[in-house]
Amino acid sequence: MTDFLQLVFSGLSTGAIYGLAALGFTLLWQASGTINFAQGEFVMLPAFMMLACMAAGLPLWLAFIASCFVAVFVLGWAFKRGIVDPLFKSGMMQIVVATIGLSMAMRNGVRAGYSAEAHPFPSLFPDTLFQILGVKISASDLGTFVLALGLVLFTQAFITRTVTGRAMQAVAQNTESAAVLGINVPRMILYTFAINAVLAVAAALLVTPTYLAKFDMGEGLGTKAFFAAIIGGFNNSRGALLGGLIVGVSENLAAAYISPAYKEAVALAIFMVVILFKPQGLLGRKVERKV
Amino acid sequence: MKKSAWIALLVTLVVLVVAPQYFKRYGIYLLTYWLIYITATMGLNLTVGYAGQKSLGHAAFFGIGAYTVAIMMKAGLSFWLGLPTAALLCFVIGIILGFPALRVQTIYLAFATLGFNTAVWLVMRNEEWLTGGTFGINNIARPSFFGISLNGNLPYYYFVLTVTLLMAALLWGLLRSPWGKAFTALRDNPIRAESLGVDIRSYTLLSFAIGAVYAGVAGAMFASLVEFIEPAPFTVAASIMMYLMVVVGGPGYFLGPVLGAAVGVVLPEWLRFAQAWYLFVFGAAVVLLMIWLPDGLLSIPDRIKARRQSREASAARSAAAKGQGVQA
Repeated sequence: MTDFLQLVFSGLSTGAIYGLAALGFTLLWQASGTINFAQGEFVMLPAFMMLACMAAGLPLWLAFIASCFVAVFVLGWAFKRGIVDPLFKSGMMQIVVATIGLSMAMRNGVRAGYSAEAHPFPSLFPDTLFQILGVKISASDLGTFVLALGLVLFTQAFITRTVTGRAMQAVAQNTESAAVLGINVPRMILYTFAINAVLAVAAALLVTPTYLAKFDMGEGLGTKAFFAAIIGGFNNSRGALLGGLIVGVSENLAAAYISPAYKEAVALAIFMVVILFKPQGLLGRKVERKV
Repeated sequence: MKKSAWIALLVTLVVLVVAPQYFKRYGIYLLTYWLIYITATMGLNLTVGYAGQKSLGHAAFFGIGAYTVAIMMKAGLSFWLGLPTAALLCFVIGIILGFPALRVQTIYLAFATLGFNTAVWLVMRNEEWLTGGTFGINNIARPSFFGISLNGNLPYYYFVLTVTLLMAALLWGLLRSPWGKAFTALRDNPIRAESLGVDIRSYTLLSFAIGAVYAGVAGAMFASLVEFIEPAPFTVAASIMMYLMVVVGGPGYFLGPVLGAAVGVVLPEWLRFAQAWYLFVFGAAVVLLMIWLPDGLLSIPDRIKARRQSREASAARSAAAKGQGVQA
């Protein structure tokens, strides 16, 4: 039983990170119909930005803030203006292919231009262990979980409670009506891209101490984020968190009780069951097929 | 076909048969490699380009074909038994993979096929008793054909060339048959196709199955070419690359895979010393291509033609308007 709880807890912290990456993913999808295949690389790049800032002598927190600004500009504004806007009219698959190309360029750009090695990254949390109900929890697992969960909930609160957030939701639900109501649609979409960029930097901050900063670190993370987003419900931002936690926990359990070699298949199996029986996801709304 | 097209075909054939005689070993290897990937992406072009099914799991079939042949040859069976078995196995699994496509479309389908690819890759990596795990299977022999040994690089090249041309001819015939029209109808408007009596269920499944057969045959030839296989060439990344090859070449253009395979695998293989930079440029080029030329490189002639026609039409219109003006 303690083993089981132990696995669940450490799974929750991984799951919360998946949820964080998945949230940015669903937000982009809702606001602009963008499926971002480079989501994993959007986490990888900030990790290197922060490393570069720290190499320049900044402390971690300042490196984080500086990276947030750079990320909002590069992964938010430039990404939207340069790739998404020109492709907006040509359709979803064009954006998918373009972001696949982008992810390839980012990954290999870092590999060729910076380094192909894995770089260590300082952890935010001390190296201590807590004992709760006989379960050992490391400070970094707990801290990661709390921070990631906090960020997801904060983002949700921003979207549902503030005027700007509601305007963003209105744009996601019906762009034309939102424009008629006097909402500045392009600006709201830009905000979504900015939020996605900041969430990616946060995910990088939490995930890199364990994953290490490497050019291909985003590969696995991106796929998990997609699966989490679809499992939870693509058109529902609460679903991202749920999907992330489900994937994180069941991966951990499967690695321990079934086979560590097939750990990667777990997200996939759940995803397959979900799209075959409830394609809109666990919390999603159904979208009817149109002629 | 027009007369000029026949001449071009003939010239290409002669070049493909004669030129390798003067190539070095590595040149012949690269050319064979290219042909194998052309066969594989031809199948994906059918699934993606003609039938419009977003499949990101093509490398899995490529791998299934390769491993089937390798495992059967290790068991002492002939390559000539392995090749049709690989094709048949891919056909059956292709039909099974088609079922999710009946329920979900576009991006969901892409992820479902991507997931299938991961599952196949995990089996290749983990089931050591069958696939040799990460160590792979080595010393895969090259076949002999009615006593002619295909062991040398040049004979093997001619074998691959023959199979590729055969598969291309089959696809050409298929696309010109009512089946081919049904596939494109499925891509352009599935609901309308259904209302016109096209059984979209069977055609969706078939588009996956036939595409998979091409990958399976290519995989079988690949195993014998490199003589050593391991899970790495059959990952999700490889599938995504195959998808990009189809898109870059021009989905729904018969010769798209020829161009796609050249930029997608042959150039990076050749430029191995600068592979990361090459892939960086390739990735960036894909982004630009999507923005300026979403129908692929082979759509350039069509675009030029369309532009000229519209220019001529507008010139004719303005001339007609002028004529009317004079009369009035």
